[in-house]
Amino acid sequence: MTDAHAFSSSTDATPEFTDRQFWMSVLARADLSDLESYWQNLSDRPEYRHLRKPEIGMAMVRGRAGGTGSPFNLGEVTLTRCVVELDAGVQGFGYVTGRSRRHAELAALFDGLMQEDSSQHGPALIQPLHKKWLGRRDQVSRKAAATKVNFMTMVRGS
Amino acid sequence: MYVAVKGGEKAIDQAHSWLDETRRGDTSLPELSVAQIREQMGLAVDRVMTEGSLYDPELAALALKQASGDVIEAIFLLRAYRTTLPRFLASRPVETNKMAIRRRISAAYKDLPGGQVLGPTYDYTHRLLDFTLLANGERSTTQPAEESVEDCPRVLDFLNNEGLIESPLAKSDQKQSGNPSEPEAPADLTRQPLDYPADRDLRLQALARGDEGFLLALAYSTQRGYGRNHPFAGEIRQGEVVVEIVPEELGFPIIAGDILVTECDMINQFSGTETEAPRFTRGYGLAFGNSERKALAMALVDRALRARELGEDVVSPAQDEEFVLAHCDNLDSSGFVSHLKLPHYVDFQSELVLLRRLRKEFEERKSGGQSPQVEPTTAPDLNDEPTVNTQQRREANQV
Repeated sequence: MTDAHAFSSSTDATPEFTDRQFWMSVLARADLSDLESYWQNLSDRPEYRHLRKPEIGMAMVRGRAGGTGSPFNLGEVTLTRCVVELDAGVQGFGYVTGRSRRHAELAALFDGLMQEDSSQHGPALIQPLHKKWLGRRDQVSRKAAATKVNFMTMVRGS
Repeated sequence: MYVAVKGGEKAIDQAHSWLDETRRGDTSLPELSVAQIREQMGLAVDRVMTEGSLYDPELAALALKQASGDVIEAIFLLRAYRTTLPRFLASRPVETNKMAIRRRISAAYKDLPGGQVLGPTYDYTHRLLDFTLLANGERSTTQPAEESVEDCPRVLDFLNNEGLIESPLAKSDQKQSGNPSEPEAPADLTRQPLDYPADRDLRLQALARGDEGFLLALAYSTQRGYGRNHPFAGEIRQGEVVVEIVPEELGFPIIAGDILVTECDMINQFSGTETEAPRFTRGYGLAFGNSERKALAMALVDRALRARELGEDVVSPAQDEEFVLAHCDNLDSSGFVSHLKLPHYVDFQSELVLLRRLRKEFEERKSGGQSPQVEPTTAPDLNDEPTVNTQQRREANQV
């Protein structure tokens, strides 16, 4: 269930490693309301404690000169992080752009739950969220494709 | 010089209440929500994020509301807010090659892989006021295509593969390419004050948060001949890029979200030497959100500022890094210009006293016959304590 498009740089990653990166990206990109409703409808919500309370800060976003050259500092983005420990001892991490403490907390909780039992939450939570995100992205891309210019004089297949 | 003055608190409170009232406008009309500004004034939001140097559409929209739409005031609010937040880490450089394309055009090639994708643009609109908007008329909707956008390889890579353009690692970048596994962190003007000569990483950061109007004017000046660099918009792209971070406690990269950016690759005049074949040069622009004018202007000014490195004569304002970088930040410039509104009463009084004395001496010389002993008074001794009479001093200290 890895997303080939999303991970460019982790060439030496083990399979589980990549799975975790994948679900963490899905959780970061999910709508808060979807995460909240999954949490509320969970029959066996685990006990947990904060190792790091949800905290709002920033990440400095870097770009590269010419797109592929040397890095430079473009500007910052708001970023919220949270670390939880589930009662079984598993640690879950949430790092999400924006300023939603609850989003970071739920992302951390579900990161923990996925490490405990990905066979339950993978199909029930991660895959539907990923599908929704892909659908949204595909919709934008198809709108962009609708604005593609077809030149009358274009010579094709040269 | 300005001096601290006391008093006026009540007047200031009242002025601010009136400001709140004025901002709200006619209360018989519904109040504008921050979400409405974020969604419907998106280009203003994007400009505030870019120059405020903080990507957060909701905060930028809030700043615009609070500032009654004054973009520079909103940028000030956002910059002030960012100083209250800790910086957790820096992202990996965004991979604009893997952007989820919303718009992608090239003015250099008509036919290119991926094609010309116009996206949501004001280009080709007729610039006629649309009175259906005044009447809250129907909006049109886009009919999505069957297929998504094809892969859009970077236009300048075509030229680079043929050796027709300089490599994206330009001369001034090479100090950082020594050891790719442990790259030197790029300069950061939010941590260290600007220092000259500035390398390209520092210049790009300053330009990225620089004032769009100022950079636009400088970019225009290069086109009009003040540091001409013969540009082509090789590629302009807009879309979402991944924010990838490596939290220390995890030790592997994760995706924290996506941000919308606009990028401009400019192809510029070629240069060659006895040892190097002529090739095109590059200018680069990158900005948060949908900020195309800004990205274009940034790319032109970036290229102009590479004059020294490319062995060109530095003869025009846009090529002078100290001139450009010291004046491109609109908080610096509006701060120093606006400080003229602060009390300068004592300073001004001393000028007034000096001027009165000079005029008096001038009149005396004129009426009392030209005495050769009298020194010309055009260069007064500034160490002279001006004699301010008590009446003037009292006036000076009144608010």
